[in-house]
Amino acid sequence: MAVLINENTRIIVQGFTGRIGTFHAQEMIEYGSKVVGGVTPGKGGQKHLGLPVFNTVREAVEQVGAEASIVFVPPAFAADSIMEAAEAGIKYCVSITDGIPTQDMMTVKSFLRRFPKEQRMMLTGPNCSGTISPERAMLGIMPGHIYSRGNVGVVGRSGTLGYEAADQMRRLGIGISTSVGIGGDPIIGSSHRDVLEKLEQDPDTKVALMIGEIGGPQEVEAGIFAKENMSKPLVAYIAGLTAPAGRRMGHAGAIISSAGESAAEKVERLKELGVTICPTPSLMGQTVASVLAKL
Amino acid sequence: MDIHEYQAKEILAEYGVKIAEGGLAYTVEEAVQRSREIDGNVWVVKAQIHSGARGKAGGIKVCRTHDEVEAAAEALLGKKLVTHQTGPAGKICSRLYIEAGTDIARELYLSFMVDRSHERVIMVGSAQGGMEIESLAATNPKAIVKIHVEPAVGLQDFQARTMAFALGLGEDLLNHAVKTIKGCYRALRDLDANILEINPLVVTKSNELIALDAKMSFDENALFRRHRIAELRDKTQIDSREVAAAEASLSYVGLDGDIGCMINGAGLAMATMDMIKLAGGEPANFLDVGGGASAERTEKAFRLVLADAGVKAMLVNIFAGINRCDWIAEGVVQAVRNIDMKVPLVVRLSGTNVEEGRKIIADSGLPIITAETLAEAAEKVVQARNEMVAKQG
Repeated sequence: MAVLINENTRIIVQGFTGRIGTFHAQEMIEYGSKVVGGVTPGKGGQKHLGLPVFNTVREAVEQVGAEASIVFVPPAFAADSIMEAAEAGIKYCVSITDGIPTQDMMTVKSFLRRFPKEQRMMLTGPNCSGTISPERAMLGIMPGHIYSRGNVGVVGRSGTLGYEAADQMRRLGIGISTSVGIGGDPIIGSSHRDVLEKLEQDPDTKVALMIGEIGGPQEVEAGIFAKENMSKPLVAYIAGLTAPAGRRMGHAGAIISSAGESAAEKVERLKELGVTICPTPSLMGQTVASVLAKL
Repeated sequence: MDIHEYQAKEILAEYGVKIAEGGLAYTVEEAVQRSREIDGNVWVVKAQIHSGARGKAGGIKVCRTHDEVEAAAEALLGKKLVTHQTGPAGKICSRLYIEAGTDIARELYLSFMVDRSHERVIMVGSAQGGMEIESLAATNPKAIVKIHVEPAVGLQDFQARTMAFALGLGEDLLNHAVKTIKGCYRALRDLDANILEINPLVVTKSNELIALDAKMSFDENALFRRHRIAELRDKTQIDSREVAAAEASLSYVGLDGDIGCMINGAGLAMATMDMIKLAGGEPANFLDVGGGASAERTEKAFRLVLADAGVKAMLVNIFAGINRCDWIAEGVVQAVRNIDMKVPLVVRLSGTNVEEGRKIIADSGLPIITAETLAEAAEKVVQARNEMVAKQG
């Protein structure tokens, strides 16, 4: 039983009938994800890809038992869609949408905090590649074929760097339990720490790999969580060791804004916390292999 | 997106923040005319560039006669100002703000910004404002007051009062201080600003509270609904390569090295730059082509990277998810054919349709060096760069 999603998770697509929603819904279905329908307001009652279209998320929850959703809604409307999912009782939501205004995400997070923790929808993203439990289910836009099933849990901000890690591991015969992209925006649904908490609970995960970046305190907070609460070893790579200070590198999060947040400083703190560091991005697979070998 | 001081002040004035009388000038004649329009006998000529720390860089000149205003305007207009925030390239000054001189009794600091880790707006203030706020934060953090605002309910009066008292604005200035603080918060929220900073906020000798400087920066992702703000963009203040990149939906940052890069995804781009450096090279740029890179966009990215005359070798590293390696390969082949490339090119493709992509590169007959892994790609591009440098003597 993988965390967050598995082959039985009932998935809906928000922004189902749009070009991007349609393409990725097809990819997810081909991968084996249990997509049970989608939501496009105003198109309720129609069929799309042979599946029912609903006007509201609540209808999808009530009529087809939707548990998880993936949001492909354009940036101006995405925050609204995420809040609708939370209110309707969706348990896990991935927001792929890139370009959601920061203040909209502030509103989303404030809205989510209204729910007691045990009833609160888990959100990952926005601006992420999604979540995959290889050979079980994919709730995202990643190339599914580069992932093989195994016992390494992965969490990272970047989509393509996550692919790189999966590819390196596959070449070494190492599989993945669940890989989660948390996204590169300034305000995101779940942190590295939140995902590590899930991976710690997951019986399929034996080792966790965290792929971090310069900027923000998140990776160090995750390292502190791992030291205090995790029985499983944590491996980490921090991108941006060579990035010049004060420059924004695409991801809004990836900016060195104050002391203690540069990649080199993060690496030092993580080492002190007992995290195994991948010295280069081409050694993510091998570093995980060496940690697995010691188990 | 940053805006100029005078633009931020115009906005703040609409939100009830008091500013000194002032006017904008594009020429020396206009600068003198502005100073003649403003009563008094002291004027401040302020260079409008997108940077703080202008004072230390000579960008702010206090003048006591109209002749001095003329001389200051002549000295500043058309000049590049280098501050510790602009980098060595500096920023060109093509606009001046001429402001009435203010009799300062006290300098305070007030700012609002989105605090990523708390996912709320944070209000920061200090009774010790002025130029040294950054060192104050390091040496005496207790002199800085921080208050978080709950997004659902907004900034409350008691929070504004707490800040006002912390700034030493009691009694007769309290009401105006609360109005100023709440006005700033509303401006930030209404207009999707990420940062609003008033440094200094001053109490004048006639006991008025005035924003003597103002800095606002806005969320690029929200400009679609803030047309008025979007129109304030001043392209002369941004690296021309970054402007060209933004117009092609590419994310580009120019750096000091000589290995040009085109990569998809910001994280992979940073990791690739790390690899280049570990292999002994220096990246010339950060360039994220993003998802769905068409042949046209790939060519634009090539042109952008190669526009930097210092580039000695180029690396393309694509891990295709939404992208497809065959599309990227076609774009690369088209770009190499259309642009007369004079430097070696290393291409590493991985992910969706990788076999088709590699075949297109191999069948093209072009002198493209290919690599399978990230490490191999970095080593090969550094080697190609070294050979190129050796050949050029």
